[in-house]
Amino acid sequence: MHPTDFTLRGAIDALNEGIISSVELTTAHLDAIAALNPRLNAYITVTGEQALEQARASDARRKEGVAGPLEGVPLAIKDLFCTAGTLTTAGSRILGRFTPPYESTVSGNLLRDGAVFLGKANLDEFAMGSSNTTSASGPVENPWSRANDPDTRLVPGGSSGGSAAAVAARLALGATATDTGGSIRQPAAFCGIAGIKPTYGRCSRFGIVAFASSLDQAGPVARTVEDCAILLKSMAGFDPKDSTSADVPVPDFAAACARGVKGLRIGVPKEYRLEGTPPEIEALWEQGLEWLRAQGAETVEISLPHTKYALPTYYIVAPAEASSNLARYDGVRFGLRVTEQGSDLRDLYERTRAQGFGAEVRRRILIGTYVLSAGYYDAYYLKAQKIRALIKRDFDEAFGKVDAIVTPATPSAAFGMDEKQDDPVKMYLNDVFTVTANLAGLPGLAVPAGLDAQGLPLGLQVIGKSFDEETVFAVGAAIEQAANFTALPRLRAGA
Amino acid sequence: MTYTIEGRTGPWEVVIGLEVHAQVTSQAKLFSGAATEFGAAPNSQVSFVDAGFPGMLPVINQECVAQAVRTGLGLKAEIHLWSRFDRKNYFYADLPQGYQISQFAHPIVGTGTVEITLADGSTKEIGITRLHLEQDAGKSLHDQHPSKSFIDLNRSGVALMEIVSEPDMRSPEEAGAYLTKLRQILRYLGTCDGNMDEGSMRADVNVSVRKAGEGFRTRCEVKNVNSIRFVMQAVEAEARRQIEVWEEGGTVEQETRLFDTGRGVTRSMRSKEDAHDYRYFPDPDLPPLVLEADWVEQLKASLPELPDERRARYVAMGLSPYDAHVLTLERETAAFFEAVAKGRDAKTVANWVTGDFFAALNRTGLGVEESPVSAAALGELLDLIADKTINGKIAKDVLAIMFETGERPGAIVDARGLRQVVDTGAIEAAIDRVMEANADKVAEYRSGKDKLFGFFVGQVMKAMQGKGNPALVNEVLKQKLA
Repeated sequence: MHPTDFTLRGAIDALNEGIISSVELTTAHLDAIAALNPRLNAYITVTGEQALEQARASDARRKEGVAGPLEGVPLAIKDLFCTAGTLTTAGSRILGRFTPPYESTVSGNLLRDGAVFLGKANLDEFAMGSSNTTSASGPVENPWSRANDPDTRLVPGGSSGGSAAAVAARLALGATATDTGGSIRQPAAFCGIAGIKPTYGRCSRFGIVAFASSLDQAGPVARTVEDCAILLKSMAGFDPKDSTSADVPVPDFAAACARGVKGLRIGVPKEYRLEGTPPEIEALWEQGLEWLRAQGAETVEISLPHTKYALPTYYIVAPAEASSNLARYDGVRFGLRVTEQGSDLRDLYERTRAQGFGAEVRRRILIGTYVLSAGYYDAYYLKAQKIRALIKRDFDEAFGKVDAIVTPATPSAAFGMDEKQDDPVKMYLNDVFTVTANLAGLPGLAVPAGLDAQGLPLGLQVIGKSFDEETVFAVGAAIEQAANFTALPRLRAGA
Repeated sequence: MTYTIEGRTGPWEVVIGLEVHAQVTSQAKLFSGAATEFGAAPNSQVSFVDAGFPGMLPVINQECVAQAVRTGLGLKAEIHLWSRFDRKNYFYADLPQGYQISQFAHPIVGTGTVEITLADGSTKEIGITRLHLEQDAGKSLHDQHPSKSFIDLNRSGVALMEIVSEPDMRSPEEAGAYLTKLRQILRYLGTCDGNMDEGSMRADVNVSVRKAGEGFRTRCEVKNVNSIRFVMQAVEAEARRQIEVWEEGGTVEQETRLFDTGRGVTRSMRSKEDAHDYRYFPDPDLPPLVLEADWVEQLKASLPELPDERRARYVAMGLSPYDAHVLTLERETAAFFEAVAKGRDAKTVANWVTGDFFAALNRTGLGVEESPVSAAALGELLDLIADKTINGKIAKDVLAIMFETGERPGAIVDARGLRQVVDTGAIEAAIDRVMEANADKVAEYRSGKDKLFGFFVGQVMKAMQGKGNPALVNEVLKQKLA
């Protein structure tokens, strides 16, 4: 067995049993990156030397009998997380050669628990996108391809496309990601892996480049539900440096994966049956519910009546916050500065921001600025906030009747790199099943459940109650087990 | 009587409202742990939060919140247990985040009042509209380099209280009295040091004019005036400008103006059309600020005595309203007065503190807290008068020596032999000598020129080097001259 084929759980066991060292595991992953990253572009920065140094230190700690929960495990870090001493780009030109002198709380937690960082994973610029084609470092390719059309390169989804592609292609055992409207779950589904966006406030946002502060949440992607549970345990926790982080205990998520679903009531929202959804996705959804019923759960039709307003609401709230969050990239203190001799401050702003931001980021800044402007605020931003409250209330009412909700993760499988690029609204529709969890602050997990007719992975989504990731993991693990998803992407280490 | 400015078309009333930015006295900034000390080297008190670095998040400083609540209580204002921070978005080089965190829609403090005292002794209530917390911006320095601007972020993120008054003031004097009173309250509370020359307190002055009996006309805002005197000057200058505009048949446009202190006029800064659209919205990095009613009660219970209450207490102790006012202007002065007055006659102490003591301080240019004469020493001096060791006249000289040398009054009196003479024999002898030397004056007095009595007292005291007991001298002199 190739060392990159370990699950994260398997690698931890192998390390514990002395079957493999962190240096060996890390070297195998670095070799795989060297072989495949030129094609996949999943990593923006590979920190090979630092990774080996961390691996050696980890092996030494293990020898001393000191081993953290993630001791020696090589991971990819989405390049939205600030990492001390390592270039952090957010997938944008505007950050220039920005190298933060500080570590994000989440990546710091992983280091605390013994993890090894292989490098910084590619992403849509400022996490804005559903295809990982907006990165200043170029697009990421999905390691999967269509059986009948293997030459068409597919997107890995976004914004955490680099994280998902790296994990799917076995260039990392797991990765950090972030999810503002589906940026963990959609790429996980497109790449045939698992990923969870935890409850808003579960992970600290400190040190993560902000996109939309009230929606952004960090979470893991990995090849199994349990691997996600192990990573989330390390990433999560109260942080006094983030006023929106929740001071609640972090349970043993991995243990919850084995709970089973017997007696659970699973909600099936009727509003998620969208016109135009491919029949195979409808069928997979029904299949997933059948698997859960077979394991002792009860499925119940529920109503989330404001679902149809979720996407427009999201595309008002998120750009509004982004337009303000991205104001700090002005060429004055760090990052890119574009100026001409003798020009003034306004000119510096205009040149720097025009050249520093890509088209999608500029579009969202414009949308966000517009919806917050005098005369439009009430009609757009305020209205959106009201609908957001109604969407949250829909979920509150539903969770009075059910323990978790199961839906498709995405309305389609991965698409071609040149598809949907000319129509932003079509692109935004990718998030139709995922944005609601962000708007309501709820945990949502994507789990690979099957393949479409082209042999591309499709995922299901489990949405849970606030701070009840344990039930989400239990339901996700049950689907995973029943689905027995063993298909592999064509591009992968060791293949 | 209403203050008016006489124009060509008759008298005009002036309507004034003030927005005061007061820097919160605190160890750390509003949303970061960076220090706030004045005068530090540029960019030496800046955290990554203050500099708007990627991924940095604000965390509210509880002490700044407590200071705002204390101030609200001092302004007899409503404390909002639920308030919220909004972002005010605009681009400027010294605004690192590209937005200022402020409380636009839901301030921490609501309506209150400040009572001002005017020169004629009358008082007036000025309404407070609101007080909210916000971040200060950094400072742009345009005069350090021929083509570059420098940015100092030391102030970036420092906590400010913006205190907004109702348009209740009607004269430059009222505006000055309001600022003076507000500054006094803040200093009593210890929530702002009120140092206007260090920028700890600045005012935006809203001015409009109108004819008697009219509603409000359009106002203009004069930004960032940094002394009480300039505020008063700016009010008058802006009012006169507006009167001229109206009287020329024009219309005053709502705009932001600056006060040119050199020329004593206001200049247009930007018109309403150029006004920024700040795109205020709730800051998603900060949950609403929720206060416990108990906590507010605790702050209320621990508030120091405020100037109005203290003044009333002094009047009850027998002081004149004027003395009470003067003694309570500064917290340090009041503390000094109370230290001297402890166990002594308050009225006498007040006379001495506001009289000779203040005069001596003024001469030396020192503040009460730097006085070379301590409250204890001044008290000892007054005790020497009370027990008739020295008389009042000598005491004035002793106080002057105390200011010069820092010696205690008892030592000065002993060393210089200044004890007053209460021996009637000695007094009689001195009187006899004076009467002998001024036989003509004695005759004049006895023929009815009563006014000469004062002359004799002066001569006798002079003969006794000022040490005669004034009551005894008077008494014996009256007998002898009869």
